[in-house]
Amino acid sequence: MSISATTSNARPSGVQGRSRFVLIAVAYVGLLLLAPIAGIVWTVIDGGSGVVRRTLAAPDVRHAFLLTGVITVMAVLVTAVFGVAVAMVLARDRFPGRRLMSAIVDLPLAVSPVIVGLMAVLLFGRGGWFEPFFTARGIQIIFALPSMLLVTVFICIPFVVREVVPVLEEVGTEEVEAARTLGASPTQTFFRVTLPTIRWGLLYGIALTAARSLGEIGAVLIVSGTIQGHTETATLYIFRALEERQEASGYFVALVLAAASIVLLTAIELFKRKRVRERSR
Amino acid sequence: MTQGIVVEDLDKHFGSFQAVKEVSFKAEGGKITALLGPSGSGKSTVLRMIAGLERPDAGSIWVDGEEQTSKSPQERRLGFVFQHYALFRHMTVHQNVAFGLAVRKAPKSEQRGRVGELLDLVGLGPFSDRYPDQLSGGQRQRVALARALAPRPKVLLLDEPFGALDARVRQELRRWLDDLHRELGVTSLLVTHDQEEALELAGEVVVMRQGGVEQIGSPEEIYNKPSTPFVAAFVGASNVLRGTIWEGHVHFGRSAVAGAHGFDDGLEAQAYVRPHDVRITRQAGDMSFEVMVERRTNLGWMSKLVLRLQDGQMLVAELPNEEVEGIRADSRVFADLRNAKVFTVGGAEFASGEELAKV
Repeated sequence: MSISATTSNARPSGVQGRSRFVLIAVAYVGLLLLAPIAGIVWTVIDGGSGVVRRTLAAPDVRHAFLLTGVITVMAVLVTAVFGVAVAMVLARDRFPGRRLMSAIVDLPLAVSPVIVGLMAVLLFGRGGWFEPFFTARGIQIIFALPSMLLVTVFICIPFVVREVVPVLEEVGTEEVEAARTLGASPTQTFFRVTLPTIRWGLLYGIALTAARSLGEIGAVLIVSGTIQGHTETATLYIFRALEERQEASGYFVALVLAAASIVLLTAIELFKRKRVRERSR
Repeated sequence: MTQGIVVEDLDKHFGSFQAVKEVSFKAEGGKITALLGPSGSGKSTVLRMIAGLERPDAGSIWVDGEEQTSKSPQERRLGFVFQHYALFRHMTVHQNVAFGLAVRKAPKSEQRGRVGELLDLVGLGPFSDRYPDQLSGGQRQRVALARALAPRPKVLLLDEPFGALDARVRQELRRWLDDLHRELGVTSLLVTHDQEEALELAGEVVVMRQGGVEQIGSPEEIYNKPSTPFVAAFVGASNVLRGTIWEGHVHFGRSAVAGAHGFDDGLEAQAYVRPHDVRITRQAGDMSFEVMVERRTNLGWMSKLVLRLQDGQMLVAELPNEEVEGIRADSRVFADLRNAKVFTVGGAEFASGEELAKV
């Protein structure tokens, strides 16, 4: 703070230049982010309270919310557990292929969700490699919850790993070694030392995963078959509502999702700050 | 049952690099033993193998007569103090010290008692609710020591415990550790690259070099009777003078120094002479030879003289100021070297401690 104060005294022209940037940034954020939200809110209010009641009462909407919730919770659980495991291996072990593994973890960030969905169809859809195995056992993957969960998890793999690895690398292994010499078992060491150390990074990764799972549509659209009241998530419902000219209820569902995202965003900011403090200790 | 730590023929490779080679020594029960060596000499690796943090490729480790080699660190229950403290950053001082008791499911009341006792011992009683990042380096290391001692370990392993602290705190903690050890008498193994620390604290010193043991002995033996040129050079400052052996002396130019008994005449040799073993006189004596003063630096109570021998070799002398009054640069004086340690050049052959003792 004192630094910016001295620079502003010394070079007023720099401050003017900077305030212009601030203006542009605010306009950019306002136009691109706030205006759409305002538009959605306006449409919902304009439709009257009847829209909210009718939308919430519709069984397909309720099911869509439930499905999105189930997928989000399960994706968070799976990516948190396996993400921490992968992060611990990447941060602490040195083995041939480690860098390759690290790069592969980032793959979902680079691949379009639609392609992820297509890959799942190729593997589990009709004529896919694994299709005979599951069909023989009467398990449906494609056009059902398993494939929707699978693609969501795939897309969310990097978040927890990418947030936890730097924290683990930063703190090193000395605390873990200290715990072991003090008589802690590997399990005790994990729950008493490692987990509390990475908690904010982990929560940050979880929040990112949850936000992504709530909003995911591309991959889910391909694998779900969008069967109303069955494999239709909240985002897919919005998609259909717009096509069927049910704008108001579509916007209302969108508003609920946006509200959830804002809550997560706040959490993300909080966790990010705590994580930075944790690393600087 | 042998009390203390016994290490036999330890070997350890990291990839193709051999970090530890056939290391054997004993650390006597109830005493402080130092593992002294430069960085990369394998001393920390030896300590980590004793703690179970590294697995030796070969060899065995015994503590108080019990074999430890294949046990996990958890089963060994040895106290370990890390150079960078390794305190649990999300726990208070109290929780840190209690950790070793808590994971063994000790009753809460017992934990509280023991933690209080230890925090008093290390003088940090009022700090029990602080977090590690609210403490100074010296305080953190005292917490780390209390934490290591809390479960009453059979031995205490210290890995460069004062290495990350500044010189003054290091001095203070060294004295404090000495007192603490006198009080508790726990078998301790101290890894350090600081020869002063090793000589001051340890009853026995194991000097390591390039993964192997170079010499084992009391601080006096290590300092006064180094068995290899490396020990002579590493433990305490030394001048190195090159010359040829003739009738029990190392000759260089028209000067000579005693200390080469038992060597064959004509061998190339190096004489190691400590700066405080150089005496300066105005008149020529029996054994002294003429030198030229190149530079004199006053260090308060003593002076450092840089001397040039007649054959061009340089020699550093440290003397109390009253012994070198009136001597300054360009003075011609006579030097007399004592307690020289002689090693022949090139071959593995060198004077053993016993041979030097006869001189």
